[in-house]
Amino acid sequence: MKHTLAILVENKSGVLTRVAGLFSRRGFNIESLAVGVTDNPEISRMTIVVSGDDHVLEQVIKQLNKLIDVIRVSDLEPGETIERELALFKVKVDKGNRSEVMQIVDVFRAQIVDVGVKSLIVGVTGTNDKIDAIEKLLRGFGIVEVVRTGTVAMNRGAKTVKPGK
Amino acid sequence: MGKKTRMTGARALIESLYAEKVDVMFGYPGGVLLPIYDELYDADIDHILVRHEQAAAHAADGYARATGKVGVCLATSGPGATNLVTGIANAYMDSVPMVAITGQVPRPLIGNDAFQEANITGITLPITKHNYLVTDVNDLPWIIKEAFHIASTGRQGPVLVDIPKDVTTDEIDFEYPEKVDLRGYKPVKTGHKMQIKRGAEAIIKARRPVIYIGGGIISSNASKELLELAETINAPVTTTLMAKGAFPDTHPLCVGMPGMHGTKYANFAIQESDLLIAIGVRFDDRVTGKVDSFAPNARIIHIDIDPAEISKNVRVDIPIVGNARSILKMLVEFISELNKSKSTTTQWMKKVEKWKQLYPLKYLMDKSLKPQYIVEQINELYPDSIIVTEVGQNQMWAAQYFKYTQPRTFISSGGLGTMGFGFPAAMGAKKGRPDKVVFDIAGDGSFQMNSQELATVVKNDIPVIVAILNNGFLGMVRQWQDLFFDKRYSFTSIDDSVDFVKLAEAYGAFGLRVTKPEEVGPALKEAVDSLRPTVIDFVVEREENVSPMVPAGAAINEILDLEA
Ligand SMILES: Cc1ncc(C[n+]2csc(CCOP(=O)(O)OP(=O)(O)O)c2C)c(N)n1
Ligand SMILES: [Mg+2]
Repeated sequence: MKHTLAILVENKSGVLTRVAGLFSRRGFNIESLAVGVTDNPEISRMTIVVSGDDHVLEQVIKQLNKLIDVIRVSDLEPGETIERELALFKVKVDKGNRSEVMQIVDVFRAQIVDVGVKSLIVGVTGTNDKIDAIEKLLRGFGIVEVVRTGTVAMNRGAKTVKPGK
Repeated sequence: MGKKTRMTGARALIESLYAEKVDVMFGYPGGVLLPIYDELYDADIDHILVRHEQAAAHAADGYARATGKVGVCLATSGPGATNLVTGIANAYMDSVPMVAITGQVPRPLIGNDAFQEANITGITLPITKHNYLVTDVNDLPWIIKEAFHIASTGRQGPVLVDIPKDVTTDEIDFEYPEKVDLRGYKPVKTGHKMQIKRGAEAIIKARRPVIYIGGGIISSNASKELLELAETINAPVTTTLMAKGAFPDTHPLCVGMPGMHGTKYANFAIQESDLLIAIGVRFDDRVTGKVDSFAPNARIIHIDIDPAEISKNVRVDIPIVGNARSILKMLVEFISELNKSKSTTTQWMKKVEKWKQLYPLKYLMDKSLKPQYIVEQINELYPDSIIVTEVGQNQMWAAQYFKYTQPRTFISSGGLGTMGFGFPAAMGAKKGRPDKVVFDIAGDGSFQMNSQELATVVKNDIPVIVAILNNGFLGMVRQWQDLFFDKRYSFTSIDDSVDFVKLAEAYGAFGLRVTKPEEVGPALKEAVDSLRPTVIDFVVEREENVSPMVPAGAAINEILDLEA
């Protein structure tokens, strides 16, 4: 089962190591991890996507909560969550297939962010699934390089993940 | 607080330790610690210079366990810091409050593989409750404040503070903070009322309850409340290695230790119980044996300060998170309101009593010198002692054959099982409780792992008594080879390692050798009366086994008798 965790942490050096260390110690594989500062500059927010046994996940969440620098851990509800990821694909092109690539980019509402003589860079945001889908199509032309940010996620509606009182 | 005073970081550290009421610490100097040691030269802190940093950590640990206060140790950067690692891991596994302070190379050199640089915050990440690298002298006071707070509250544990040398020479307008404010650390204190009520109701309904207690009773000072619970509901109490002394071994409801080398009757009681009341325990595999067959008929109430312990190894029916002492108080109140009459467990107690009579702990006493007999003699002559142990057979015999009646009188490396822990921990315990007779019940193997501390106890006049149960073997490992590897004693014989009497004398300690049962009592008296640090070399039966025993991976009622 896949879970998306939103984790608020103190914006200090070493915190990422503490968090990542816990996952590896429990044999828990991180599928993606994204981190950035929040509206409060003292607090960073991590979005970690993991898949694994629910019992182990419960342990990991409890262990995360024990870290002094972890302020809050929230296991986001799949149906109630907006998830986005950004990816860049460097794709091999020639005169013959350039327009075909452009069409795919249009359909996915992606963007061409760089044009070279023999390659293009396609930038796309969306859910993990959408990015997987466009990647599959672009593969046909030859992907030279891929970079993905990892998923960031937020509750729909009024619900928030905030430090609390 | 008073007005701010200008001072160096080193001085500020000492002032901070004063503010935390630290009066004893264990340490070893080095280059980056020179400014701190210069302050310690005339500080009002009893600094004990050890002979190996590992011993400083274990001594701080023993001091903490004997007193309930936070133990403090200090080591230099690089090898000094890495020598603390085993001691820190040991304290972490047994939830012992400790602050370990390490020197670090100056800030501009960090990360350059400078001389004696080790990334000790990185190394100790998984074995500390929290750790700090001080990067600005102005952070030092609040970091020390937080370190002591975190070490001593919630589920206790070691905290490490790494201080670069140039931070100790920088100046600060010192003021010690009055409170800490950690938004990521708010340990639960009182338990959830509804959960406690559910617990009380389950207890009322139970016909075969067993109370299973661990170190949490000792760290929360809940012995009195536990006694009240046990007597109110008239249920047997089984005490893990970490809980020895939390409930009197002499009490009729006490059934001794559970698990691998526990009593048969404790294990049988757990397996037949319909309600296990687990308090301040973590369902360690040495207790549960094969986990799927552990307490198969019981619902489980689990009281613990650490939410992460709930349902970690064994699924729990009624979790209650919080301080054991405050929860037990409430629990007993609810039970009394529900008007529990003792009679509902009378049948059960009769059964437990019968098991106790049928399957007592026993060993074969003949003319030879038996290790169990030595422990019994110590108990007979000095029942109020603090007993510290090493690891191995000596540890199990010390747990089985001494009757502990007070908390903080049995000190042993439980979770990590660290050979070499006992002697320095005994030294720490004696510093904390100079009024007590302190024994280290030792193995000949374990003692050799930190015997250099004989110098420390002699120089500082810390009269602990090391009672070596000298079997010339790494006995516990030999026992497994005996039982499961066809008696192929591969690299476990350590006989004739050293003359322990002469070793003691070489350091200026008192040394004695005992080879016959009738010499045991007189030797113990001679040692205690000497008021000197003493090593007694008890030359015991070489191949005695610890009995009974649950083989690894078996259910705890599949327990074997091994005595000859
Ligand atoms: C530091 C360390 N190394 C190895 C072990 C594994 N071990 C457990 S018990 C034991 C033998 C201990 O021998 P001794 O101290 O003589 O005690 P005995 O069992 O003979 O009483 C060993 C090697 C350990 N627990 N700790
Ligand atoms: Mg031995």
